[in-house]
Amino acid sequence: MLALRTPPDPESLAASVSDQDRSAVAKALNLLDDKRPEARKLAARLLATLPKERLYGSGHLIGLTGPPGAGKSSLTAALVRVWRNRGLAVGILAVDPSSPISGGALLGDRLRMLSSDLDDKVFIRSLACRGEFGGLSAEVWPMSLVMLAAFDIVLVETVGVGQKEIDVSKLTDTTCFVAQPASGDSIQFLKAGIMEIPHVLVVNKADVGLAARKTLSELRGTLKPPAHAGDWQVPALAASATKGTGIEALADSIEAHRAWLTAQGMLPTIRKRFQAEWIVKRLLEEFGRFGIETLGGESRLLDSLVEIPGSPFEQYESLRNRFLTNRGQ
Amino acid sequence: MSSDRKEVKRDRPWLMRTYSGHSSAKASNELYRTNLSKGQTGLSVAFDLPTQTGYDADHPLAHGEVGKVGVPIGHIGDMEALFDQIPLDKMNTSMTINATAAWLLSLYIAVAERQGVAPSQLQGTTQNDIIKEYLSRGTYIFPPEPSVRLTTDIISYTVNHIPKWNPTNICSYHLQEAGATPTQELAYALSTAISVLDAIRDAGQIDGDAFANVVGRTSFFVNAGIRFVEECCKMRAFVGMWDRIAKERYGVQDPKLRRFRYGIQVNSLGLTESQPENNVQRIVLEMLAVTLSKNARARAIQLPAWNEALGLPRPWDQQWALRMQQVLAIETDLLEYGDILDGSPIIDAKVRELVQGAEEEMRRVKEEGGMVQAVETGYVKRQLVTSHTDRMRAIEAGDLKIIGVNCFTETTESPLTSGTDSGIMKVDATAEREQIERLQAFRAERNSKEAKSAIAQLGDAARSGINIMDASIRCAQVGVTTGEWSNELRGVFGEYRAPTGIDISTHGMGQSETVATLRERTLKTGEELGRPLKILVGKPGLDGHSNGAEQIAVKARDVGFEVVYEGIRLTPEQIVKAAEEEGVHLIGLSVLSGSHLELVEDALARLAEIGLSEVPVIVGGIVPTEDEKDLKAHGVAAVYTPKDSDMNRIMSDLVNIIRESNGLERFEDAA
Ligand code: B12
Ligand SMILES: Nc1nc2c(ncn2[C@@H]2O[C@H](COP(=O)(O)OP(=O)(O)OP(=O)(O)O)[C@@H](O)[C@H]2O)c(=O)[nH]1
Ligand SMILES: [Mg+2]
Repeated sequence: MLALRTPPDPESLAASVSDQDRSAVAKALNLLDDKRPEARKLAARLLATLPKERLYGSGHLIGLTGPPGAGKSSLTAALVRVWRNRGLAVGILAVDPSSPISGGALLGDRLRMLSSDLDDKVFIRSLACRGEFGGLSAEVWPMSLVMLAAFDIVLVETVGVGQKEIDVSKLTDTTCFVAQPASGDSIQFLKAGIMEIPHVLVVNKADVGLAARKTLSELRGTLKPPAHAGDWQVPALAASATKGTGIEALADSIEAHRAWLTAQGMLPTIRKRFQAEWIVKRLLEEFGRFGIETLGGESRLLDSLVEIPGSPFEQYESLRNRFLTNRGQ
Repeated sequence: MSSDRKEVKRDRPWLMRTYSGHSSAKASNELYRTNLSKGQTGLSVAFDLPTQTGYDADHPLAHGEVGKVGVPIGHIGDMEALFDQIPLDKMNTSMTINATAAWLLSLYIAVAERQGVAPSQLQGTTQNDIIKEYLSRGTYIFPPEPSVRLTTDIISYTVNHIPKWNPTNICSYHLQEAGATPTQELAYALSTAISVLDAIRDAGQIDGDAFANVVGRTSFFVNAGIRFVEECCKMRAFVGMWDRIAKERYGVQDPKLRRFRYGIQVNSLGLTESQPENNVQRIVLEMLAVTLSKNARARAIQLPAWNEALGLPRPWDQQWALRMQQVLAIETDLLEYGDILDGSPIIDAKVRELVQGAEEEMRRVKEEGGMVQAVETGYVKRQLVTSHTDRMRAIEAGDLKIIGVNCFTETTESPLTSGTDSGIMKVDATAEREQIERLQAFRAERNSKEAKSAIAQLGDAARSGINIMDASIRCAQVGVTTGEWSNELRGVFGEYRAPTGIDISTHGMGQSETVATLRERTLKTGEELGRPLKILVGKPGLDGHSNGAEQIAVKARDVGFEVVYEGIRLTPEQIVKAAEEEGVHLIGLSVLSGSHLELVEDALARLAEIGLSEVPVIVGGIVPTEDEKDLKAHGVAAVYTPKDSDMNRIMSDLVNIIRESNGLERFEDAA
């Protein structure tokens, strides 16, 4: 392995990220992607230095998921325009599929997001999913943290996934599912409880008319009123990314969900929970069930991780070391 | 002379044109008049990219592009100069213009009026096919819906006022240039014609009886490749299929109005940079495809020049191309016979096969919801990219043989390219500045109140849905500029970015040993550098030539790169911003329109400004040798041109360039 040529100073990098310095954000994301041991150490320091209150207590981390071609990227572009009008800075992580054979990937989401691309309060990083399931990549969580430190809103666009997986909900404060008009499958999956219920449902391409209206009413039919007063009521909306209709309302619904989370005092809890799940998933991949059992089992592990939050890389490394030392004994 | 020479009745030859225009209206006018004096029988106007994409010469996006690949037309003054001493009542003028077609036609009408010629006397063609712009040609501006409306407005207008005009030339030419097979060409051109004619029928600007004339005025612009027998059959297939569509779908009774009328430019994609003299044979053979069959013969022909892949043709190169046509039409006995292929069972079988394939593909387009939908979803573009990828792989594997490229590469130095001008035309560097000066002087002199109110009326027409032509002609008369006309409509209609089509399945591709080696190297280098190798392929400027960028992007993914590609027509500023955000290991810029020096230098300066000079930049496209030196002196790591057809070799270089710029040792060249 090659040594880093110009290793960044993680502490000053963290400070610049928090100042929304674009070049620092880019460098920090590169560093988090870097698997060399030396880089991992710097990355852990970087994450440890980012302001905790921004990572776990503020901003809004949003997941946008849905089938291929539903208009996730186009809706993102439309939402960005609304958010920019409201004076918010936006970071976007756009995940695209990797080829299982070559490992290569075409990162094409930017194309539909171009309209806002000369605005320096909008930052888009594309990522390949690199063999991960659920339309995400392992780098998404740590990268989201860097973006949360820099921007008011962080949006993660997943790969166009099948209709069942919405893994992004294990990672983002608010999960928004984009449905295609005439997509009977989503409805069936929702009804049968195969698909986890997102926080916001939107039928895009409302401009096609009848098919979109029909899908919307069917989707509404699958949504039950909340079991307890004060629980979140999932809204189902229609929008057209290309005509720009329904976008303000969508932005409002997404924001309402965040307000609800805040009112419940849930934001810090879920963010820490997401991080804990991310760590456990990494350990599971590396050491399997056996590893997790050795470390005390999944639920105890999750609980302990939520209680003593550190930077995800530090926590991961220390658990990893613990397992390796245990096994060595 | 043999004694049995007697008077034979010969068919009238087709219209002979040369696609040309450069630098300024005045310079182009001189060229046109010289060409006409050499026996050319019609004009074919090439506009520069700012004119085609609706920018004035002094717009930042026009920088470096003014007068380069065509004539800049900013206002009625330019249009008048372009046709100075060319009587428009006698001339047949073809204009390759699409997104701004309504505007250029308005200027033409306004100039004719100043020459004392009524619209009803005008003859010619506006290309006016926006669908293939999204798929191949790249000079679209507005989203599909309003674009199709502009197309149909022009058609309705001319059918009512300029009866001899060909208001739209449905193009399959550009589809073949983007990789289409003969079947795809047939299917997509005819599906496009159907979508346009359906739209006109539904718009209701034409009364029932006149609709047959609309069908009759619909003409085509087709391509002919080197497999000239098959191409000849393709033309016969077009004739039969169009006749049937006109009769069955549109109920046209008069067979004359069902004729497949087409102009042609022969294939240029297959013209090579290596041993460029061979292109002459290719062009001549391809011309046979569209002339042999009397019943499917082209109405108008324009030929590329031998130096197509090197750069722009000089007047002498164009003359050579014109003489090819004249020799065929005048010296040979071709025009003395009826259809020499009628009744051949082999030809008939091939035609049937093509028709069947095309009908099947037309059904698929219909399932997508019609041609416009199939373009918007990216379906058609993906089919084209797939076909082109197949072609590139066949060349790479040697299954498709190209003389001088992948076989018989031994050559003696050519006297054609050894001259001091390297055998191509150079556009005067002062053209842009002078055009801007003329434009600003024109703006200062016109009645700006009149111009303003004409623009406002244009906006009203655009919003209200009435035919755009009257308001546009008014704009032309009072001195509105190309940029102003387009901007007003951008405000009403919005702008569009077409799908890139590169998200194709590469399953089964790249199973060669070289590809396996390349994948290993990409992976290993990524590991050494800590993360997978990521590159950005960028198309700066107004250039719409996307083939090279698409093929490089697809190939790079196939050998394991993560590739960011955002399509055509970006500013260097946008590209540099994306490169920074994406944290790429290398930037590859593709420029074929001749503006590489300005655009690449701009990008390099911006990279330096944000401290990204260490990211290597490579350039591909039509880059003359002296310019290559110049670019490298500015810090460009490598330059690739059409002769670098071995894409494995390019990929091997990319890995090595990244390695070197990161202090790693090079691998030995693969392939
Ligand atoms: C096909 C073609 C078209 C197609 C383009 C279809 C498409 N979507 O790409 C169509 C018919 C639409 C077209 C239109 C025009 N064309 Co044209 N076209 C060509 C042609 C025949 C071939 C180009 C091509 O696609 N080759 C195949 C690809 C795979 O090769 P390539 O792009 O060269 O790429 C290879 C290398 O260059 C390199 N490379 C290229 N890019 C990159 C990027 C990276 C990162 C890397 C590593 C390598 C690399 O690697 C590739 C693999 O070998 C050339 C002449 C020729 N034979 O080269 C003229 C040519 C480029 N066109 C020309 C012109 C003028 C036009 C027009 C502007 C005319 C006009 N006035 O309207 C129009 C408008 C286009 C626009 N919007 O900009 C001129 C440009 C003149 C100049 N530079 O001085 C040329 C040279 C023809 C000529 N002699 O006049 N064209
Ligand atoms: N009619 C209509 N088309 C739309 C709308 N939004 C997006 N599209 C089109 O749908 C296609 C896919 O849009 P994208 O935004 O790329 O969809 P996506 O979900 O991000 O796609 P992937 O990332 O590839 O899964 C494009 O051709 C868009 O032009 C809309 O509101 N109406
Ligand atoms: Mg997308």
